[in-house]
Amino acid sequence: MQAEGAPTKITQGSRTKGGIGESTLRPDGTLKVTGEFAYSSDMWHEDMLWGQILRSTVAHAEIVSIDTGEALATPGVYAVLTYDDLPTDVRNYGLEIQDTPVLAHGKVRHHGEPVALVAADHPETARRAAAKIKVEYRELPVITDEKSAVAPDAVLVHENRDDHHIGHVPHPNIVHRQPIVRGNVDEARRRADVIVEGEYTFGMQDQAFLGPESGLAVPEEDGGVHLYIATQWLHSDLRQIAPVLGLPEKKVRMTLSGVGGAFGGREDLSMQIHACLLALRTGKPVKIVYNRFESFFGHVHRHPAKLHYEHGATKDGKLTHMKCRIVLDGGAYASASPAVVGNASSLSAGPYVVDDVDIEAIALYTNNPPCGAMRGFGAVQACFAYEAQMDKLAKKLGMDPVEFRRLNAMEQGTLMPTGQPVDSPAPVAELLRRVKAMPLPPERQWESSEGADVRQLPGGLSNTTHGEGVVRGVGYAVGIKNVGFSEGFDDYSTAKVRMEVVGGEPVATVHTAMAEVGQGGVTVHAQIARTELGVTRVTIHPADTQVGSAGSTSASRQTYVTGGAVKNACELVREKVLEIGRRKFGSYHPAWATAELLLEGGKVVTDGGEILGDLADVLEDEAVEVEEEWRHRPTEAFDLRTGQGNGHVQYSFAAHRAVVEVDTELGLVKVIELACAQDVGKALNPLSVIGQIQGGTTQGLGVAVMEEIIVDPKTAKVRNPSFTDYLIPTILDTPTIPVDVLELADEHAPYGLRGVGEAPTLSSTPAVLAAIRNATGLALDRTPVRPEHLTGTA
Amino acid sequence: MRVNFTVNGRPREADDVWEGESLLYVLRERLGLPGSKNACEQGECGSCTVRLDGVPVCACLVAAGQAEGREVVTVEGLADYARQRAQGGCAAGACGTSLQDGRHRPAEGTGTGSQAGEGTELSPVQQAFIDAGAVQCGFCTPGLLVASDELLERNPNPTDADIREALSGNLCRCTGYEKIMDAVRLAAARQSEGV
Repeated sequence: MQAEGAPTKITQGSRTKGGIGESTLRPDGTLKVTGEFAYSSDMWHEDMLWGQILRSTVAHAEIVSIDTGEALATPGVYAVLTYDDLPTDVRNYGLEIQDTPVLAHGKVRHHGEPVALVAADHPETARRAAAKIKVEYRELPVITDEKSAVAPDAVLVHENRDDHHIGHVPHPNIVHRQPIVRGNVDEARRRADVIVEGEYTFGMQDQAFLGPESGLAVPEEDGGVHLYIATQWLHSDLRQIAPVLGLPEKKVRMTLSGVGGAFGGREDLSMQIHACLLALRTGKPVKIVYNRFESFFGHVHRHPAKLHYEHGATKDGKLTHMKCRIVLDGGAYASASPAVVGNASSLSAGPYVVDDVDIEAIALYTNNPPCGAMRGFGAVQACFAYEAQMDKLAKKLGMDPVEFRRLNAMEQGTLMPTGQPVDSPAPVAELLRRVKAMPLPPERQWESSEGADVRQLPGGLSNTTHGEGVVRGVGYAVGIKNVGFSEGFDDYSTAKVRMEVVGGEPVATVHTAMAEVGQGGVTVHAQIARTELGVTRVTIHPADTQVGSAGSTSASRQTYVTGGAVKNACELVREKVLEIGRRKFGSYHPAWATAELLLEGGKVVTDGGEILGDLADVLEDEAVEVEEEWRHRPTEAFDLRTGQGNGHVQYSFAAHRAVVEVDTELGLVKVIELACAQDVGKALNPLSVIGQIQGGTTQGLGVAVMEEIIVDPKTAKVRNPSFTDYLIPTILDTPTIPVDVLELADEHAPYGLRGVGEAPTLSSTPAVLAAIRNATGLALDRTPVRPEHLTGTA
Repeated sequence: MRVNFTVNGRPREADDVWEGESLLYVLRERLGLPGSKNACEQGECGSCTVRLDGVPVCACLVAAGQAEGREVVTVEGLADYARQRAQGGCAAGACGTSLQDGRHRPAEGTGTGSQAGEGTELSPVQQAFIDAGAVQCGFCTPGLLVASDELLERNPNPTDADIREALSGNLCRCTGYEKIMDAVRLAAARQSEGV
């Protein structure tokens, strides 16, 4: 019996060349619009059970006892597991620090921590049985902020830390600390004619991908398990799962199921180990699907942050210095916190020339929900703060905010605070110029001969205003994001490419472990294969662990790194194909030996355009296959004291202009337009590039005016784990998003491309905030902005 | 209990249904129709939108028993439903404005034909979502397609404000909605041109 919904190969042809630079359509598009595309929650197996996780109802407590008797006695229940049932001594997992218990061991550290597992023959039976498990807690004081974390009598969130950060952090409740010092801030401050300071607050944002955490674990005859799963990185999951199960990695087969969005929220494990444990215990396939309530507890969020900034400038508008301190709340477990600290610190100065800096970023351990990766990854919080600072400085100097930014904009050759030179185009001033040059939307669009169209006004169909009290504002922002994994990480990808003749036509097959999460990586892989191998038809093999790691679908890196690996493997296949051609036909035409040869239109051609032969004749029934790892330029760790080091692979830049209308009486905001200009190096698929920019922009809009996970500061419990109470932008909240794409090649990257996905999420938020400040004259030092912040009733 | 209802024009029967099960659960887990999606299961996201006697509803908020004797159209049946409507037939409920013949097209874009979809006939709205780039992760797509198709059925030439209002119950986290607007505009334009 096969698992239903297992992914199959998709072969895509093309009527045009279908290579890079064209807006070819998604190979999985038809499956997705017909409902046939199988997401991880769609998996089904004869005789399968449903898994359910019991989660803690308190944030910080010792577990006095767990009584599973009544749950186990429930008809239809096949297994109930707690910490005591774990099969090996490896009982924790984690991306970098293995501090996260698979099931709570004597203690829970945050609201919603997994405590026990149930498998039953119906999801409702499993839910009801889980509710019958009796857990007695003895509550402990909660650590919720920096003050409570580093208090002299603070309870340690993790006792006996032995990770590699403990040696350099000032307190065990600090996960990681990264200072960056360059130049001499005290001296530079003396040159400043104006100094501005600010204390900024960034709320906890949720990735809110629509496809819930889910998967199907099928026990296999060899004692292993096959996991069909939605994730961002199959091999990272595998490395964490196998030791807990007590299985060698080769006995844990992983296949990527359809992924309903990710945005960083699937970097950490969720239900993977739980489903495998239940499947191995019961000997039956086990499916786990979170509902939305559980999803809010089942993945890490974007770090909320407190950011203190000081900037100085001369009266002619040149930055003199910058000091900042960024405190990120990592919550109960480390997740990606150390890398988020590295990003927040190294990108804290923004895309500006400022030679004298004194920077510190830390991430706390608290009893709040764990925080980790989300699109923008540490750079988002910093951008919100430094862009507010730029507006404050411009205002104090009486300068135009865009002109002030352009005056200080970095360019190719500028040194980062880490001392790393930006060694590819950095068109910061040009992006600002372009976004400002776009035509502004007309004023008072809501006016018509029949009166106000309330749908166009703040409050919409709630009919709260017909234009009374409505004011318009315009704001600008620009940001800088790194692309790829940084700080010396071995950030490689693997691609396996095969070429053979099928039905008289050459077909390339691309097999990688890349997680397609919606971004369109599979579209781009087919394009690269067509460009490099001159074929029309490309087969995309399902992603699994039968091929080497493709790294994470994170850090805007997949088109660069796995795309680079596919390009490299294609080039190696091409060489082998040409070798076969030379062997077979070299004696018939001297160009086989002397000319630069290409594969185009299913033929071998010279760079002069002469056709030497058909690929079908060269290959006949031979298949050529290459599997090869590919690496971008290596990076270095940041010095733990000075923060110096060539830590990043590539930088990515976007600028936004926001136009808002605010009902000042009710504090309601309508974003009228959110224009973006971004440099993408080379748009491999322009349609997908624009889709990424518009999607990222909208997530930035969300955290500007509505999205925040509210955590009770007294109990550390989550107050709004639902789409009823955690709001993400609807189509009514989202304005038109005109996009201007610039393509300045980065000579270090494949095809000159620049990672696209994250940069637009950075500058969107501060642009909206700047526009609201411009409309209302209010200072607004926190995001998201809620009505009470605009009406003075907070 | 046993529930009998019509799904995508075919009579279906689901046995051993627990009274608390939603229409969404029965479609997905008992009838092998997982196209309707389960993003929130609380009526906030619209990813499970289906037609119930012609009316768009969140299948997660309909008890399976409420569907007894009624007609349901899901994304899996959307292409047939649109074709029958265009031919003047009526798969379920009120048909609204009759649509032009020839709205039905094979699954091929302007530049790319997917072999996986070759021969798959799509409704105009489905094709427009592919062509306009309105599909990224695709989890919201089934619900948006059912809602968009229903909009164009009753309003063949919607304004932008009409589209936004009609789709305001469908969350999308990937696209920023711009390409979804493009897709609905494209489907409406093709429909009015009779292509």
